[in-house]
Amino acid sequence: MQEIAEWALSTAALRGASYADTRIGDERSRALATKNGKIASASDAESQGIGVRVIAEGAWGFAASDNLSREAVEATAAKAVAIAKASARVKQHDIQLAPEKPATADWTSPFKIDPFATSVEQNLDLLLKIDSELRSVAGVTLAETNMNFRRDEQWFLSSEGASIHQTKYTTGVGYTAYAFAGSEIQKRSYPNSYGGQWQNKGYELVEELKLVENARRVGEEAVALLKAERCPEGVFTIILDGSQLGLQIHESVGHPIELDRVLGMEANFAGTSFLTVDKLRNLRYGSELVNIVADARQEHGPGLGTFGFDDEGVPAQCTPIISNGLFTGYLSSRETAYTIGANRSGGTLRAEGWNRLPIIRMTNISILPGVHPLTREQLIAGTDSGIYMETNRSWSIDDKRYNFQFGCEAGWEIKNGNRTRMLKNPSYSGITTEFWNSLDAICSRDQWVLWGTPHCGKGQPQQVMGTGHGAAPARFRNIKVGSAYKGN
Amino acid sequence: MLTKDQAGEIFDRIRKHSTAEEVEVLFYGGKSALTRFANNTIHQNVAEENYGVSVRTAFGGRTARATTNKFDNESLKRVVQATEALAKVQQPDRDLLSMPDAGTLTMQGPPSRHFDQTAAITAEQRADSVSKIVGIATKHKLTTAGIFSTSESVEGIFNSRGLSDWHTQTSSEVSITMLAGNSSGWQKANSPDIRNLDPQALAEIAAKKAIESANPKEISPGKHTVILEPAAVLDMAGFMFFDFGGLAILDQRSFLNNRVGTKLFGENINISDDVAHPLQSGAPFDGEGVRRRRVPLVENGVVKRLVYARATAEKMKNSEYKDKVGIIEPTGHGFPIPNEMGEAPMNIVFAPPKEPKSIDQMIASTERGVLVTRLWYIREVDPYEKILTGMTRDGTFYVEDGKVRHGIRNFRFNESLIHMLSHVEEMGTPVRASGEESFDMVVPAMKVREFNFTEVTKF
Repeated sequence: MQEIAEWALSTAALRGASYADTRIGDERSRALATKNGKIASASDAESQGIGVRVIAEGAWGFAASDNLSREAVEATAAKAVAIAKASARVKQHDIQLAPEKPATADWTSPFKIDPFATSVEQNLDLLLKIDSELRSVAGVTLAETNMNFRRDEQWFLSSEGASIHQTKYTTGVGYTAYAFAGSEIQKRSYPNSYGGQWQNKGYELVEELKLVENARRVGEEAVALLKAERCPEGVFTIILDGSQLGLQIHESVGHPIELDRVLGMEANFAGTSFLTVDKLRNLRYGSELVNIVADARQEHGPGLGTFGFDDEGVPAQCTPIISNGLFTGYLSSRETAYTIGANRSGGTLRAEGWNRLPIIRMTNISILPGVHPLTREQLIAGTDSGIYMETNRSWSIDDKRYNFQFGCEAGWEIKNGNRTRMLKNPSYSGITTEFWNSLDAICSRDQWVLWGTPHCGKGQPQQVMGTGHGAAPARFRNIKVGSAYKGN
Repeated sequence: MLTKDQAGEIFDRIRKHSTAEEVEVLFYGGKSALTRFANNTIHQNVAEENYGVSVRTAFGGRTARATTNKFDNESLKRVVQATEALAKVQQPDRDLLSMPDAGTLTMQGPPSRHFDQTAAITAEQRADSVSKIVGIATKHKLTTAGIFSTSESVEGIFNSRGLSDWHTQTSSEVSITMLAGNSSGWQKANSPDIRNLDPQALAEIAAKKAIESANPKEISPGKHTVILEPAAVLDMAGFMFFDFGGLAILDQRSFLNNRVGTKLFGENINISDDVAHPLQSGAPFDGEGVRRRRVPLVENGVVKRLVYARATAEKMKNSEYKDKVGIIEPTGHGFPIPNEMGEAPMNIVFAPPKEPKSIDQMIASTERGVLVTRLWYIREVDPYEKILTGMTRDGTFYVEDGKVRHGIRNFRFNESLIHMLSHVEEMGTPVRASGEESFDMVVPAMKVREFNFTEVTKF
């Protein structure tokens, strides 16, 4: 692969590129799914190819091909340079990159059990066993399970001398029970909605999650929601479980801190951000208890945003994003770091695959747990009145990331420190900074989980990326609840 | 571009590697390029060529799929072995049908959707067009961002029962945002034939919206009359069509559970799925190679029919719902097997109203209302009442006494799609619309009363 990459870099230089990098990718995935006692999906996929990114005449060009023959690789590199020269027809200034020492490295995400070496038959048996448990509950009308594996191997070489080989394993697994009756469809999912839990792990993730043990409860809760009372509308104290808080971080912290959005580069599609550069180290983003980092390093955990190097060869880093409530950092690339006068990229440029241009993506955007021991049960016990909400059902936020609304699968009323009756259709909404400033308690490290969001969309052509979000249950005061159903 | 003859040769090699009772191969891929601009600069500019084969094998009720983008013998052998290994460990499913034969190809397909003029567009031509868009932004003292993309693609299917079908298509798309200090405007269009696009005209409209919505005022949320431009209608309506598949009813996950045959929408709502419509695009066959039929989905507000993959139609005929869902037959709307979703109509066409109104006419007939250019980040809040939430974006205006008065801060809505399509007062002539939340459709602009805005944001 090194030789193939060199073909591309040599051609780019000969054609006039002042900078070039190339990524050769070898991607493999498996998707297994069941539905109501039958195999719904069993598929494997592999993809291999090369992407070449260049700067020529001060502008960017990128070309990709599935053909790794010398002739095709050289043609692809030449096309990237020609495209860059076309870009140069419409530019305000030449592209400049923040400096980065070229690295030579080999990195593999740690795993205990190679998921592709496990028995498909046993994997399907496990999913069907879960399916059977879910459907053993009277009233469950649809049971769905899924198990997904990925192996992404990549060779990155640059004209500056970087040579990085990385291999990443990803596992995802989860299930959902649906209950339809009268004029209502309710659902409960485990360990999370929209595909379950995903991490950079091997098959050991599947073994850790107590999937079968939780299935009956999940089915029963789906059916119970049909008879539960609707979540009231008003202003309440709310407690969010870790998975919902993870998505709250994703939408109202992770996206607005993307420096490409801040600088207007995503204005046509994903949008911009309220976090203009004058707000750095000036904006009180949240309460004193809010400490959020962007951490791609292995020591943060096996998140979907964990890697050795990003896709322009910058090593994984930890960037403080919110420090004791103060806004302190962006997600950046070499180009955007240079634009705002930073010394170095934060190392967050990533591509969906070999055929996509890397763009700024979240790594693991995690809220740090509380310092003092506090379990979810103790947090509820310390709350006089409020609503506990669990597992995301819907999410939406404006294109500057101010106004959001989330719906959850299930809620429970809290009265005098006790979790009491179940509530259906809980939702809450607010303005990002007002919400984070209302956080007054967060559970401790033993309650903290590094959740995976496997399907974050961004860019044109759109790219799907996995991101990580460490979170523990937390409490927020004076939150608007129930407006999702207001007027309906 | 990969040709049908080349694909046929690859299919023959795949068959030789397989021990399965039946083999099906889907071909996909092509050439695509996208020029992206922001801050009046081309900041991303990409091109790709990639083709793949997706192989399905079947052994007596057991089936699986494997995909690769490598066509050498070793890779093809590996992909066949992968699909066979996945299939063989399964318990047989008695609902799995044999693959269809060539007899499904008797219906005539739509006219060609491949245009040489689109396929021939170069990076230099895209850059020149972007330069003109930037020129319009500069003229109006605005900043622009957007895309100009073109592509040429193939989609094909071969199976061991003799079925083979092939579709080539081109696509071109322009999306333009114009940004002022505290306002913005947007326009987007796409077509298989690039001669149908007028990027400069779109840029002028987007610029006008940005200028006229400057210094937006805040008005109270609540139930307002809205005039939804076609892109806004598209992105809302797109959330209901996956519920029009037969399997969605069998799974009891559809908002049409117990509602097929009932009057769910207003008398003026007529919707069909029609791949052959002149403003539509896409292949004339489904994931099994069955030719797509025109299906009337909604007539005068009544939900008339669902679409079906072959296996779903068989299941429905034997189900407890068989007498409640209208005509049951394979319609050519199935996704590649195996899949969890079954089928969906993907070539939606809204019928024109008896008396189409232009957006200007809708504004002129409005005492007080809101003109919406585009909606954003739409998600389903309630799956049975089809309540959707989302935001307005890039050009939201207050209308009073028949005139657009000023820009307003963007709203969050929580609106039932059933309610919305039951309160349509006026409609435009349907056009091919393109948004960000849904696949492209042929939809009209709509004037809707009592649209439910619940909150307002800060810009």
